[in-house]
Amino acid sequence: MRIGVFICHCGSNIAGTVDCAAVAAKAATYPDVAYATDIMYACAEPGQDAIIAAIKEHQLSGVVVASCTPRMHEPTFRKTVERAGLNRYMFEMANIREHVSWIGKDIEANTNKAAELVRMAAAKLRLNKELKPKSFPVTKRLLVVGGGVAGIQAALDAADAGLEVILVEKQPTIGGKMAKLDKTFPTVDCSSCILGPRMVDVAQHPNITLYAYSEVESVSGYVGNFDVKIRKKASYVDWVKCTGCGLCTEKCPARKSYDRFNEGVGPTTAIIIPFPQAIPKKASIEREHCRLLTGGKCGVCAKVCPTGAINYAMEDEIIEARVGGIVAATGYDLIDWKIYEEYGGGRYPDVVTSLQYERMLSASGPTGGHIKRPSDGVEPKDVVFIQCVGSRDPSIGRPYCSGFCCMYTAKQAILTKDHIPDSQSYVFYMDIRSPGKGYDEFTRRVQEEYKARYIRGRVSLVYPKGNKLIVRGADTLMGVQVEVEADLVVLAVGAEAASESAKLAEKLRISYDSYGFFMEGHPKLKPVETNTAGVFLAGACQGLKDIPSSVAQGSAAAAKAIGLLSRDMLDSDPQIAFVSANRCVGCGKCIEVCPFKAIQEIDLRGQPKAEVIETVCQGCGLCNATCPQGAIQLSHFTDNQILAEVEALCRF
Amino acid sequence: MSVLNTKELRIIGFLCNWCSYGGADTAGVGRFTQPTDLRVVRVPCSGRINPLFILKSLLGGADGVLVSGCHPRDCHYAEGNFYARRRLELLKGFLPVLGIDPRRFEYTWVSASEGQRWQHVVEAFTAQIHGLGPARGWPEAPELEILNAVAR
Repeated sequence: MRIGVFICHCGSNIAGTVDCAAVAAKAATYPDVAYATDIMYACAEPGQDAIIAAIKEHQLSGVVVASCTPRMHEPTFRKTVERAGLNRYMFEMANIREHVSWIGKDIEANTNKAAELVRMAAAKLRLNKELKPKSFPVTKRLLVVGGGVAGIQAALDAADAGLEVILVEKQPTIGGKMAKLDKTFPTVDCSSCILGPRMVDVAQHPNITLYAYSEVESVSGYVGNFDVKIRKKASYVDWVKCTGCGLCTEKCPARKSYDRFNEGVGPTTAIIIPFPQAIPKKASIEREHCRLLTGGKCGVCAKVCPTGAINYAMEDEIIEARVGGIVAATGYDLIDWKIYEEYGGGRYPDVVTSLQYERMLSASGPTGGHIKRPSDGVEPKDVVFIQCVGSRDPSIGRPYCSGFCCMYTAKQAILTKDHIPDSQSYVFYMDIRSPGKGYDEFTRRVQEEYKARYIRGRVSLVYPKGNKLIVRGADTLMGVQVEVEADLVVLAVGAEAASESAKLAEKLRISYDSYGFFMEGHPKLKPVETNTAGVFLAGACQGLKDIPSSVAQGSAAAAKAIGLLSRDMLDSDPQIAFVSANRCVGCGKCIEVCPFKAIQEIDLRGQPKAEVIETVCQGCGLCNATCPQGAIQLSHFTDNQILAEVEALCRF
Repeated sequence: MSVLNTKELRIIGFLCNWCSYGGADTAGVGRFTQPTDLRVVRVPCSGRINPLFILKSLLGGADGVLVSGCHPRDCHYAEGNFYARRRLELLKGFLPVLGIDPRRFEYTWVSASEGQRWQHVVEAFTAQIHGLGPARGWPEAPELEILNAVAR
């Protein structure tokens, strides 16, 4: 074999702490290395051209590039060697940037380490085999998990492009958090006026199948052909018969039920239609509140329903579907604000969350758009907003900025003035973060035009005094302690990943960070892809973002899914297991451990043998480590290849 | 190959591609400085790791071996790391029998987002191996006693 080695400088990223020329000189002495050089930017066009030229000039049959992580540029360089006529798998990378130059400053140690990593890569490359992909058909159907604004956008875009879309929403209606908002910043336009038509589009689109009040139960399969099970939770109402007339919700006697849609601002009934514009506009019974389902006596809704849609015996239903790609758009939840005892959330009724306040402002909310104190129903005059409740607080494990609270607090201060012209708003803030189009102007307007008093400092205590709440805090710009007599306190509660996002990530086999947000493929260049082919991300489930960004990411995820599913056939990754029939003893251990059921038993001249189903194998290599005979080997990561890397390190 | 005489020891890491290799990349992108002893072998999944690889490394002169995969339940291949955990735990218990100090081998879980955690893992393991010093091949009598104590 004739190996060419290219040591990338990556500008000064690598060359700053690694002597690239010395590494190249050392690499030239390794077995089978016919050519070694250092190169300024291997991934840039001149760099790639130089690699191609060297392959041709020196008749190279394999290439090692020592540069950044293979998770970044392995596909790039595989294409490069392919353009020079080599098989794309006759290529190895040595990661001398993320694993060497960026984590240490000792040039001697780094240079030595880089040279050793190149030696490992070259040793492995000597055992590489040419691999060719197989192609398999694609199911042209997309699953979107989560019917918030990001999921709605992704579903509509994909459906408009002609894909069949299955939209799964956990709640009885789509709309997500945006449907709960009264107005949106920085335009102060009505949230349901802009979201409502989109929701109707979802309901009416011929390509979209909506499963509301449903959750993803399990996902198996792989890109192009995922097999999904969806649990349609029992709503105890036959949605085919239900017309959404709402008679049942008027007559239901269980009137003290927690109103999830309205964030518990007022009570609701056990059978509900979450809000007037709900999609689908169908009633559902919340089991824990229903008198008949919990106590056995009632049945009022069944009596009044004009279409006989109520079915107390309804059970969860499992729906199976095959899809080619999946978009996760599961959004966020508010953090538990009650852990801040000093603010009195959950203890004093007049301390509310931002989302509860939003429902109070909304004309379709429980107060009909009139701001009323929960304790006595009186209109508040002095409203205090406390920012960063659960954001930027390492003490509760939430060191990040939730991103949208500064803006919605400004919006709520404006709306407060609009609703109650003689009111005064106070905002306790840490910093005003408003980096968006028209955002900073907006936060200025609320102070200058709407006369909201912004106080830079934290609140140390909220306590009741008569029928008022005293908010005690610091004004760090004035260097004084301040106390504000408030009628109502609104906590700008920070957000965290949706409560069950980790469970979903495990089902989708995607990664999530320590906060539960899903990991994108690359923080800059693959913002909507994940490391699991065919699974894309949209909206706040990937990281907190406001409505415009969520919509943009919804469209981006749809574009990626459309790109994937526009193809009739996909190439399977040839880095999969293969069986040497003459070594296989037919013990079947590999069949047992394979998580993908990609190995089957076949009969070879009367002997049982294992056989890999090539388009199903995902290349994990579990079977390889299990086989007592070493008969099943993972292509590109065979025992011998890994041991060659080990030996390159140990023998010397 | 010289390991920069006494400055470095020979530490080999087997990292799964999806979580821990990504975590090591994240550590690099974040410029989380680490000791330079570790050399990483990339494997698709921690379940791909045959205990033989670790033994071969240790018998072949490695002073320490570190294995890292996805956190349990978060495996890219659904369940590979569960198999890895069983195999590696068994291997760790078996090392003293072979006369190898089990402290020379550790396995852990680091996700692709945990750059800082990776830094801590590498620092701690490297310090542990430096504490043990270079591996000496087959152990001599005093070390055997220590090994027996550890095994107990």
